[in-house]
Amino acid sequence: MGTNSLHVLKGINFNVKEGELVSIMGSSGSGKSTLLNILGMLDEADEGSYTLDNVPIKNLNEKIAANYRNKFLGFIFQSFNLINYKSALDNVALPLYYQGVNRKDRIEKAMHYLDKVGLAPWSHHLPNELSGGQKQRVAIARALASDPKVLLADEPTGALDTKTSNEVMELIQGINDEGKTILLVTHEPDIARMTKRIVNLKDGVIIDDNFVEQVRANQYV
Amino acid sequence: MFNIERWQEIFESLSKNKLRTFLTGLSVASGIFILVILLGFSSGIQNGVTSQFERDAANSISVWTGVTTKEYKGLNPGRRIQLKNQDFNDIVDKYDDHLEFKSPFYTIWGGLVNYKNESGNYRIQGVLPDNQFIENADISQGRFLNHSDVVGAKKVAVIGNKVSQDLFKGQDPINKDISLYGINFKVIGVFYDPGGERDESKVMMPITTAQKAFNGGNNIRNMTYTVKMSDNFDEAVKLSEQISLGIENDLKQTHIIAPDDISAINVNNTLEEARKIYSLVDTIKAVFWFVGIGTIIAGIVGVGNIMLIIVKERTKEIGIRKALGAVPMSIVGMILQESIFVTMFSGLFGLIAGLGLLEVIGPLIESDFIKYPQVDFNTALITVFVLVSAGAIAGFIPAYRAAKIKPIIALRDE
Repeated sequence: MGTNSLHVLKGINFNVKEGELVSIMGSSGSGKSTLLNILGMLDEADEGSYTLDNVPIKNLNEKIAANYRNKFLGFIFQSFNLINYKSALDNVALPLYYQGVNRKDRIEKAMHYLDKVGLAPWSHHLPNELSGGQKQRVAIARALASDPKVLLADEPTGALDTKTSNEVMELIQGINDEGKTILLVTHEPDIARMTKRIVNLKDGVIIDDNFVEQVRANQYV
Repeated sequence: MFNIERWQEIFESLSKNKLRTFLTGLSVASGIFILVILLGFSSGIQNGVTSQFERDAANSISVWTGVTTKEYKGLNPGRRIQLKNQDFNDIVDKYDDHLEFKSPFYTIWGGLVNYKNESGNYRIQGVLPDNQFIENADISQGRFLNHSDVVGAKKVAVIGNKVSQDLFKGQDPINKDISLYGINFKVIGVFYDPGGERDESKVMMPITTAQKAFNGGNNIRNMTYTVKMSDNFDEAVKLSEQISLGIENDLKQTHIIAPDDISAINVNNTLEEARKIYSLVDTIKAVFWFVGIGTIIAGIVGVGNIMLIIVKERTKEIGIRKALGAVPMSIVGMILQESIFVTMFSGLFGLIAGLGLLEVIGPLIESDFIKYPQVDFNTALITVFVLVSAGAIAGFIPAYRAAKIKPIIALRDE
């Protein structure tokens, strides 16, 4: 972090409707991660407005940002970001803890989502006892647990091999089929083609934004 | 605070780092342990000193004489100064307003005392009834000397508990006759003295009787007065200092002694001594607190340091928690609670260990100057309070830092 400021995004204007599955593409330095961080309220834009579910997101203090993240957003990271001393089940239950759900309900709900990603038998395993694909599925279950409006996935398949990537994408497509809005950052065209809309970023501006024919991941599995 | 989940997290993170937890705990525990031991001993010293002063009245002025060392007004040095009844009475008359108890002494060191076939050598003292209060003596049987004993120069004696045990072997000594150099005295009382066996190996009788029976004329060996205490300790010290000085000067004048002769007249003022020793005790106490608190501060800094490392190590985890919706307060609470828990637990451990040690070795200490080393309840409470606040202080800066961590930076892939 230097004192030099760098304009990363130079005017982005786009809307995502409920139920969309959008991929944001671009080479490194194109500003795609910055965009996602702003959408995820982990970062704030210098200018412009951002409205999520008719709620203007601005002037956030830490506490409000935390509450919005908890209520509206689910994150999926490239490196999974599971807490390594907590079991899969406790990891999934963590956002619910911050929502103030009581322990019994937390465990029940977390178990439901673990089951949904097919990891119910691994619920008491620690992250380092799971494979990469399993870890990402735990992370997806965790992102879903708080029942967010939007899922933000930052290179969700970046650390996975092709086969596992396809499995994870199949899961993401399934979640989208159920109506969840998902934004996904990737630089892999194969992965982008599995979404319904591709936004291409270059040097901080959108160079094209197209709806595409979705490739179902299950045909590769 | 009473959230099971949070406690589980604390225990998880502590048990994952057993060595680190142990070392942190050890520094706090040993700090408190040392503080408790130091405080225990400072109270032990205080108890010891206080009990030293309980032997006799603490506010007494004793006067005894020696030999002149300086030539004065044509009188040669080497003169032995002899106190007379008149000296005693003059002082009583002059300082009556300020004196409470007064007694002259005519003493025979190691006088032979017989009862039937039993005998022993004891200190024989002719005194006034006031001496009971000067010596802090308690009457266990019979009575002490009274005014009519003195006026009538009655042949009565009050014997110390040790004398009673030695000569009477458990029999009731009251109204029995003991013989001192062939003269019979009736025992009218037995006394205890907080000064212990040494002070209880005495036989006391009216001064008038002693002077008559042992050819004392109107000689006295020494005399003791107690000064009326005022509420203000410093004032009392000043007053008794003035009186001591006055007595010394008066006696030097009547006995024609050089004003700068320091060995002819000795005036000992216990209050002045007491003040010196009490201020020494206060100093010791202050030093002990200082050292103890210094040790605790070292412990706290250790905890703070380790909490900072913990926060650093958990940066990523804290970032994840924040991304999942943890508000800054809950992060502060988590770190703070962990730090308070560690200091509290190890501190209490040190406290109990320290108290336990004092409890065990306290009775084994055989020293006149250290008695019953212990830490009173209030001090223990203060230490616990210090602990909790220490834990809070030690945890606060790291917790504040943790709350400031930006999730975007914490989550950046290395």
